[in-house]
Amino acid sequence: MSDIAIDKPLETVDEQAVPATQVRGYWRSVVYRLRHDPATLFFTAILLLIVLAAIFAPLIAPFDAYKDSVVARLKPIGWRDHLLGTDELGRDMLSRLIYGGRVSLMMGVVPVLIASLVGGLLGVVGGFAGGRINTAIMRAMDVFYAFPSVLLAVAVAGAMGGGMGNGMLALTLVFIPPMCRVAETATTQVRSLDYIEAARATGASTITIIRYHVLGNVLGPVFVYASSLVSVSILLASGLSFLGLGVRPPTADWGLMLSTLRQSIYVVPFVCALPGAAIFITSISFNLVSDGLRAAMDVRM
Amino acid sequence: MIFYILRRILYAIPIAFGVSIVCFSLVYIAPGDPLQTVMPPDATAETIEIVKHAYGFDKPIPMQYLIWLGHLLTGDFGMSISTRRPVILEVTDALANTALLAVFAVPISFITGYAMGVIAGCFPGRWLDRLVTGTAVIGVSLPNYWLGIVLVVFFAVEYALLPATGMGPSGSTNFHILEWSSARYLVLPVFTLAMIPIGILARTTRAAVAEVRNQDFVQTLRAKGLSEGAVIRHVLKNSLPQVMAVMGLQFGYLLGGSILVETVFTWPGSGFLLSKAIINRDVPVLQGTILTLSLIFVATNLVVDLLQSLVDPRIRRA
Repeated sequence: MSDIAIDKPLETVDEQAVPATQVRGYWRSVVYRLRHDPATLFFTAILLLIVLAAIFAPLIAPFDAYKDSVVARLKPIGWRDHLLGTDELGRDMLSRLIYGGRVSLMMGVVPVLIASLVGGLLGVVGGFAGGRINTAIMRAMDVFYAFPSVLLAVAVAGAMGGGMGNGMLALTLVFIPPMCRVAETATTQVRSLDYIEAARATGASTITIIRYHVLGNVLGPVFVYASSLVSVSILLASGLSFLGLGVRPPTADWGLMLSTLRQSIYVVPFVCALPGAAIFITSISFNLVSDGLRAAMDVRM
Repeated sequence: MIFYILRRILYAIPIAFGVSIVCFSLVYIAPGDPLQTVMPPDATAETIEIVKHAYGFDKPIPMQYLIWLGHLLTGDFGMSISTRRPVILEVTDALANTALLAVFAVPISFITGYAMGVIAGCFPGRWLDRLVTGTAVIGVSLPNYWLGIVLVVFFAVEYALLPATGMGPSGSTNFHILEWSSARYLVLPVFTLAMIPIGILARTTRAAVAEVRNQDFVQTLRAKGLSEGAVIRHVLKNSLPQVMAVMGLQFGYLLGGSILVETVFTWPGSGFLLSKAIINRDVPVLQGTILTLSLIFVATNLVVDLLQSLVDPRIRRA
């Protein structure tokens, strides 16, 4: 990472956060700032808990998330051993929420990852090549920009007939254009800087220049932007499942649980609100961690 | 200036065509035959051929696109498969209902969000800023369909103050906005719809205002002896283009109607029409709704760009 940090124009050390006498590398100052940001640390811990719970779901879930029971349907919070009650088929809510995190997190994170790769690559290529190639790429992206994001996701997922894979594909399609734009802007900014010219003069190939001198400047903004998209992606993914365009029953997923429990809202209102609360907590944690990262990495967009 | 307007309008035309191509191709990304879901399973091959011919599905795809586009340009969006009504009527009816929500949600969210952002941006780091930023982050992280459900539980189920869903007993035909018996159906959906734009606008405005306040010219204004009120006026004017860009996006979002919020409240708007079209696999309505909403979005962005260049002449030269 050290050679990336050297040519980082973002390395304007925040004078308030780091005393002028201390000279640090870019990443060390990022870590320093993160460590002194209690709110970000707190929400990172919450996220870690959610992720760990999802990964180790079979170990920590108190009940079988798919075992239904006719007698234990729609029980309130704290009924018998069911800490968070049961759903409309008598399945344990806590276990389903833990398992639901697997699907919801995956549908939130995977599209953003793929979109960062594809969109980032397109943006770097376009920004570095410039000229007609750039125009062609960016105009194509503009077409997808013309759709409101929710609408595009719903339209594509709906036309393809729903399902988890189609839902993730639709979300990826929604996130590629903004990702591409962020990468393109960052690339265009460094492309005209003197040190790129210097690298070229020393005989560095295009690939080398992109790899050592451009990527380092693009990764920061792309990473920060991607982290802010995860929260949007989780909301959209749950929204798709809520509309019946995401995962299918009986799979445990927060959006789908919210949708099926909606009918029972008069019976056990608090239990029905739980999946939404799970979505909200995850989404706000990603948002705040992303804000903290942006401040610590000093990325402006 | 006229040159800039013309160029910007010309630029919107290829985008509109691109949008139409994407909408058209929605039929073909669907698995299986576009007619499969409409036809009864025991339809004979002959019947299928007749229907295929009637809908033009037997022609090559580029031809189909051009025919479809030609019909669009004359205002013919096709017929709904499920209701047998012209798609254009379905879409305009739904849009009118969505506009009813937007008429209230736009000013509410814009004024609240902007005011919150300005207050926070003027006092960065203070408790007022923290309060606003906190509220804004909650606004953008809340799943609004969930918020809608919670509001229904609270206001409609527990306290029976407001109706839970719909537009009232007689639907949209007898909806009188000035009468409380009708208008009360608006309260919950409008509030739910406004939540996200409030959060997004507050965040953008705060960032824009805080950024401009750090610029050198603000120092100069203060050094000149301008009052704090006058300084803030300068700051606000300079941060306006950035805020307007986001307002434009949110305007488009509100006008397009949130499919999720309209589904929760069974509000017969464009979002609800879209979700019905998906459930019924009514492809003409799906295409027509998305095309109309996206074109509105394109037009909104065009208008915002032009307004921005009025506020900030520097944009015209870019």
